[in-house]
Amino acid sequence: MSAARTQSRFRLSPGSANALPLIVFLLVGFAAPLLAVVAYSFMPPRSFGLLDHPTLANYIEIFRSNSYISFTSSLLLATLTVILLAPICYPIAYGMAKVFGKWSPIVTLLFTIPLFVSENVRLYGWVLFLIKNGVLLGTLKAFTGLNLDGPLYTRGVVLMGMLYVYLPFMLFPMSLGVSMVPDEIRDAASDLGASRWQVFREMELPLSMPGIMIGFLLTFVLAVGGISETKILGGQVIIPITQDIEIAFTYAQNWPLGAALACLLMFVVGTLVLLVLWRFDLDEILGRR
Amino acid sequence: MSTSTPILELKGLTKRFGTFTAVDHIDLAINEGEFFTIVGPSGSGKTTLVRMLAGMEEASEGDIVLRGARINEVPANKRPTCMVFQSLALFPHRTVGENIEFSLKIRGVAPAARKERALQLLRQLRLPDDYYSKSVQKCSGGERQRVALARALAFDPEILFFDEPLSAIDYKLRKTLEKELKDIHRETGKTFIYITHSLEEAMVMSDRIGVMRDGKLVQVGTPDDIYSRPRDKFVSEFMGDVNVLEVKLDGKQLLECPGVDAGLKAPPIPEGFSSGHLVIRPEFVRFCAKKGDADNVLSGKIYNEYALGSRIQYQVRAAGLVFVVEKLREQTAHLNLDSEVLIGWDARDSVLVGE
Repeated sequence: MSAARTQSRFRLSPGSANALPLIVFLLVGFAAPLLAVVAYSFMPPRSFGLLDHPTLANYIEIFRSNSYISFTSSLLLATLTVILLAPICYPIAYGMAKVFGKWSPIVTLLFTIPLFVSENVRLYGWVLFLIKNGVLLGTLKAFTGLNLDGPLYTRGVVLMGMLYVYLPFMLFPMSLGVSMVPDEIRDAASDLGASRWQVFREMELPLSMPGIMIGFLLTFVLAVGGISETKILGGQVIIPITQDIEIAFTYAQNWPLGAALACLLMFVVGTLVLLVLWRFDLDEILGRR
Repeated sequence: MSTSTPILELKGLTKRFGTFTAVDHIDLAINEGEFFTIVGPSGSGKTTLVRMLAGMEEASEGDIVLRGARINEVPANKRPTCMVFQSLALFPHRTVGENIEFSLKIRGVAPAARKERALQLLRQLRLPDDYYSKSVQKCSGGERQRVALARALAFDPEILFFDEPLSAIDYKLRKTLEKELKDIHRETGKTFIYITHSLEEAMVMSDRIGVMRDGKLVQVGTPDDIYSRPRDKFVSEFMGDVNVLEVKLDGKQLLECPGVDAGLKAPPIPEGFSSGHLVIRPEFVRFCAKKGDADNVLSGKIYNEYALGSRIQYQVRAAGLVFVVEKLREQTAHLNLDSEVLIGWDARDSVLVGE
């Protein structure tokens, strides 16, 4: 036994051995498709194999085209979503963590139930509600005779759709963050003379920052990848980068271009996320360092 | 010390949570500069009481009067009082210095003056100056304790509340900190209201003690009062190992106790007493050579012994009861387990309490 141990140089520790199935699964199921996309982005335009000579042609085409418009639309829309959701979600999160008490699970359920239904179905629900002669305007017309055009297919409605779809992803991490602030910290700060606002600024906000930041990042990353909101509620009023990618992979049958767009999106979002994480060091905020 | 001008008066103070009464009509006056300790088992309402006094809990009924002015409706951040919490509630994202300075920053004191005061407090609490910029998360238990106290002192409150701040600290350090706290009380001359479940802790530090049970103040008095003249069985037992005998007055100034043949000689009998408990502290029970060596002598058998450092505690079974007897180590010749002994006490060393 001990002889066998000294002979085998590549013997795995029990921990690594147990992690092996997971590592293999991650490599095959997660890393491989991602690497395939990266590899495709360096293949000649409109090719379908991975064995051609690598080229930068797709990237050059992107920088020559007007893709920057869709990139900007996506990033702007995601940023707006995050900025608007923060003040909407914080009071609700605070209520869920500290005020609602025994009603809190019911409120949580109310915000969770919509997630059980497909995003597309919910968005089509909004279309039925907002469309001309639909639930809202049809009823209005029946009662008042007013015949309005309605807000559907405008930028405002797209933004509303984004807020509606991504609200839970901001709300739940935020609520977790707020619940991490011990009540006695609030009491102590108030006891030492701090007003309600000072308690918020000096204690609650910095101490719930990890939850808030995770909510920001999660919402931003998901919102940048959003496509249904603009397609279903926006018509063609906003074209996000995800739609360009979809078109490249489907109608245009140009996988390498789609792959290059996807890689660029991953690069931009990844860089932004890392910048934020570097700028707001969560451990430092919490004084753990 | 006892200037007898009350700084804080509680009048019929009550707190109800739904149908549960946590604090039940408490009347109490606390004197300026006093170290007052409220002792009680967990769930007796002592924390709720202090949270009301600090303004973190609203009173359901009754008045809180500070220097003659009713302060029931004054919120915590406007009261000139400050609390040291059980959890200490140090601000984890701030340094030691920022924690101590917090109340000064809120008041708009200039940074330089703030720092000067913080350093002064660090020295007063025997913490090194360079702790000023240390993270509170890196401080040890005793250091955190001192930071919490410094933070409360920086606020310069009229009354300092302590909600069992020493309960999570090991015995030896707790003993040191108890004494330090009493020293700080002397140095500052402020009024301290301290909460604990340990009467031993209360004894060390307090000028007066209030014993709480089920939301009511059972007895208020000096440590000496509470120790030698407990008002009832609860107070006497709360102090640790005591001998409590169920007794009835037999009409001839003697006490009848089930299991004991002869009547027991009684201490001065309270007005209207007919039945209750006879309390004898372990250190007043002694081993006797013959009947007549003490007012009351019982024969029994040594069941077990426990070494308590300077003292030895014996469990003696006599008259169908278990007695706790304590002796200084050097006073006691070694006694074997199961040996027959006589134990006795004098009537004046015992206390009669009602039901």
